Amino acid sequence: MAAEGSTVAPTPCDWPEGLTRVPFWLFQRDDVYAKEQQQLFQGRVWSFLCLEADLPNPGDWRATHVGDAPVVVTRNQAGELHAFENRCAHRGSLICLEERGKADKGFSCVYHAWTYNLEGDLTGVAFMKGIKGKGGMPPDFKVGDHGPRKLRVETHSGLVFGTFAADAPALADYLGEEIASRISRVFRGRKPVVLGRFTQALPNNWKLYIENVKDSYHASILHLFFTTFELNRLSQKGAIIVDETGGHHVSYSAIDKGPTGNAVYADQKIRSDSDYKLADPSLLHGFEEYEDGVTLQILTVFPAVVVQQIQNAIAIRQVVPRGPDKTDLNWIYLGFEDDTPDERIARLKQANLVGPAGYISMEDGCVGGFVQRGTAGAPSEKAVIEMGGKTAEGSESRVTEASIRGFWKAYRAHMGM
Amino acid sequence: MSQELVFAIAQAQAAYGRCLDEDRLEDWPDFFAQDCLYRVTSAQNIRDGYEASLIFLNSKGMVRDRITALRDANIYERQAYRHVIGQPLITAQTKERVTSEASFIIARIMRDGTTDLFATGRYLDSWRQTSAGLELIERVVVCDSSRIDTLLALPL
Repeated sequence: MAAEGSTVAPTPCDWPEGLTRVPFWLFQRDDVYAKEQQQLFQGRVWSFLCLEADLPNPGDWRATHVGDAPVVVTRNQAGELHAFENRCAHRGSLICLEERGKADKGFSCVYHAWTYNLEGDLTGVAFMKGIKGKGGMPPDFKVGDHGPRKLRVETHSGLVFGTFAADAPALADYLGEEIASRISRVFRGRKPVVLGRFTQALPNNWKLYIENVKDSYHASILHLFFTTFELNRLSQKGAIIVDETGGHHVSYSAIDKGPTGNAVYADQKIRSDSDYKLADPSLLHGFEEYEDGVTLQILTVFPAVVVQQIQNAIAIRQVVPRGPDKTDLNWIYLGFEDDTPDERIARLKQANLVGPAGYISMEDGCVGGFVQRGTAGAPSEKAVIEMGGKTAEGSESRVTEASIRGFWKAYRAHMGM
Repeated sequence: MSQELVFAIAQAQAAYGRCLDEDRLEDWPDFFAQDCLYRVTSAQNIRDGYEASLIFLNSKGMVRDRITALRDANIYERQAYRHVIGQPLITAQTKERVTSEASFIIARIMRDGTTDLFATGRYLDSWRQTSAGLELIERVVVCDSSRIDTLLALPL
């Protein structure tokens, strides 16, 4: 689907100004994908790497990705976090083959036993001086001149972020105050506990998933479960926040216990209004975790991570591109150390709402594929993204595609397109 | 342990697979006790001691709701499974329950005919013997992989 069109498709410049039209070749072409990896994911952005809770002790490490680049995150003996490419400086093999582990003595590449410390420095080369004076590296070879590229690492609310760019702004400046405080709001200083990890292999370009997450317009139309149980109605009170770069967004809503606009939905004759009832509604019996009454907050940090609060279902979704038409969505379900047993059960039950089998998220796993397949023969045609106007500003109305436009604003800036 | 019991569990497994593969989803809850637990997780999550599941249903009502949601609420492309379930291994037996384990291989057939190996794993089961036959008190579906292609709609 991706490669064939490359020679006949328009050049990347064939993209009208503004934010309301998005040509479909952006989701199809190998050259666009390759440019994203270099310019965007390895550019001046911060990517989610893992949780601090994944690395509680010195010597702990975890494998992750920045874009499609494999990365290792470590905690060194001084307790500091480090991250570097999971790529041996010698011939490029993966250094770590597992998902996680403990490496008090550092790492050794399986291919030729080049060794690394927990900071990612090359510390040794097997047979560097040869054997009995024969073979070995040339005399001018210096171990200190080689090594996998390192990332800068910073944390926020127990989330570990990394960037390849030496000139990226500090993480706090990259997030901005509003987005940072909206992340803090979910964690409230508590220590997160990983409750589960699953991967959903999406049959579509990574940007189609990001568009979907940022699309508050679809949420209550595609997802019947969401709407009918009043987890999220466009007529509930809530808002969209788009940061000034456009790249980050928050969509939130709170249960409005007053007379809400049920009539609004009935008028639209939308599929998502029925008298659907649960035999066991305990699924939705959560507990009051947040004093602000917000029952749903979906937040994205550009380019590719989602922080989710849906009632008491807390999760991180890491979006990992795997090719122009393949994406891994890594779900990390979270609880907190101070959860009571009842609260923990509520989280386990509400996890039914999300993830690859989730009542309100399974559709998001297939709808990107519908677009990928639907647009296969139409690289030069364009998506129309005008709901709620033409700009990328936040609003109280969630009948808007403002945060999708925001994504494209940031994307064009980073890609120079 | 009696051969009859092994046979009865094997029969129940075969009926369970056939029920889902024939799209008789409404009959699926009948395999479960009122106070059942059905959950789907992965070997890696079990190894790491993680509690959360892809699907976590701890009452027959919730089992029924899963089907109502699939029929009336959720959107997914038409698809079917083919279960191949191995011989049950009875792992323990008390007055109240029999626990057994069985391997499964499930192919998924999409509406366009694409047939893929969708999931492999083990059923970790607890059965109760009633006058009407065996019912599942607990079924933990442990997938060998934590990776789900596109979505997991129909029960495993």
